[in-house]
Amino acid sequence: MTEHVRYVLALADDVLVASQRLGGWIARAPELEEDVALANIGLDLLGQARSLLTHAGALEGEGRDEDALAYFRDERDFLNVHLVERSHGDFAATMARLLLLSTYLHELWTALLTSTDDTLAAVAAKAVKEVDYHADHARMWVLRLGDGTEESHRRMQAGLEAEWPYAEELFDGSYVDAALLETGVAVDPSTLRERWAGRVVAVVEEATLTVPTSRPAVTGGRRGIHTEEMGYLLAEMQHLARSHPGASW
Amino acid sequence: MTVSTYARARAVAGTVPDPEIPVLTIEDLGILRDVAVDDRGRVHVQITPTYSGCPAMDAIRADVVEALEREGYAAVTVELVLSPAWTTDWMSEEGKRKLEEYGIAPPSPLPAGGPVPLSLSLRCPQCGSPDTRELSRFGSTACKSLWVCNVCREPFDHFKSI
Repeated sequence: MTEHVRYVLALADDVLVASQRLGGWIARAPELEEDVALANIGLDLLGQARSLLTHAGALEGEGRDEDALAYFRDERDFLNVHLVERSHGDFAATMARLLLLSTYLHELWTALLTSTDDTLAAVAAKAVKEVDYHADHARMWVLRLGDGTEESHRRMQAGLEAEWPYAEELFDGSYVDAALLETGVAVDPSTLRERWAGRVVAVVEEATLTVPTSRPAVTGGRRGIHTEEMGYLLAEMQHLARSHPGASW
Repeated sequence: MTVSTYARARAVAGTVPDPEIPVLTIEDLGILRDVAVDDRGRVHVQITPTYSGCPAMDAIRADVVEALEREGYAAVTVELVLSPAWTTDWMSEEGKRKLEEYGIAPPSPLPAGGPVPLSLSLRCPQCGSPDTRELSRFGSTACKSLWVCNVCREPFDHFKSI
C-alpha cells in the first residue's frame, strides 16, 4: 500500500468511525431535535468517508471499493484516531468531542482546498462548509451547558476533561509521508494546531469553562492500534455485510 | 448528433424530480451539471450532491437512467461529480418560487466572499410574516433547518443557504 493510499485511508477512517459513533445517538439524545441533528452530522461525515474510501480504493488499484474498505478490513487496518472511536459517555462528553473534532476538520479541509490531489481538494470544498456548521452546533451546546446550571457546568467540564487528552493525536504528523507534503498532496496536521487551539479555547472560555491541562493520552490509531471500544464498534458496523456478503435491499 | 438531440436529452434528464422535495426537479435544484450525447446516441449525465452524504443521490441516479431510457436512449451513464461544490446559488429562481409555494422557505443568496450566512429572519411561507424563529438547526433532511412562525404558529422547513 502506498503512502498516498494510507494517508487518504486515515482521513477516511476518522470521519467514517466518527459517523458510526454519532449514529448510536439516534433515539438516545436528550431531545428529538438532537437525534435529528446528530444523525445529520453523522450523515455528512459518512458522505465524506464514502468519497474518500472510493478514492483510496481507486488509488490502490486492487479493485477494493468503498464497501470492501469499510466492511472487510480488520481492526488493525483502521487508521483513525482514538478520539472518534471513544464510546459516548455523557452527552456533554459527546459535545466536547464534537467541538474538538469538527474544529480540527474545519482547519484540515480548509488546508486541503489547495491539495494537488484533485479529488481531495474536491471533497474538501464540499466538506468545509459542512463541518463548519457541525462545529457551530457543538459550540452552541458547549456554551449552553458550560454557562448553564451548576450541574450542567460540572458535567460539561468533566466531558471536556475526558476528551481533551485525545485531541493531541489529531495533530501528530509523524504518520504523513514527507514526499506527500513536498508534492502538496497532504498537509502536516501539526500546522493546524495553533488555529484550532485559538478557536477551541475561545469557546471554552466563553462557556465559563477551564481549559484542561491534562497530558496527551497514549494512542496509536494511525498505526492501527485501537482501544477496546473499537472492536465493539466495528462488530456492529460490519456484521451484516460479513454475515451476508453481497446482500442488497 | 444535432443540437436538438442534446437539448432533448437535457430536457428529459431535467424533468427528474428530487425524491425528497418532489416539487423541485434536479434542474431547478442546480444539481444537474451536464448532459452529453455522443454520435452513437450514448448519453453521459453528470450530477452533483447538495451535501456529501445526501442519501437521495442513488435514487436520483436511477431515476435519471429510467427517464432517459423511457425516451429511447439506450446507453445512459450517470457520473457523480464533486467539483465545483454545489451551492444554493445554483437553485433557479423558478425553483425558489416553487419551494415557497410548497411551504419551504427558500435559501437566501450568499453574500460575496462570505461562508455560511446568518439569516436573522425568514419570511413564513404560510402567512408571509417576518416574525419567525429557528426551532432546530437540523431538519428532516441535511439541506434543511426547522423554523416556526410566531404569528400563524405553523412550523416550516427552511432550505439552508450554503
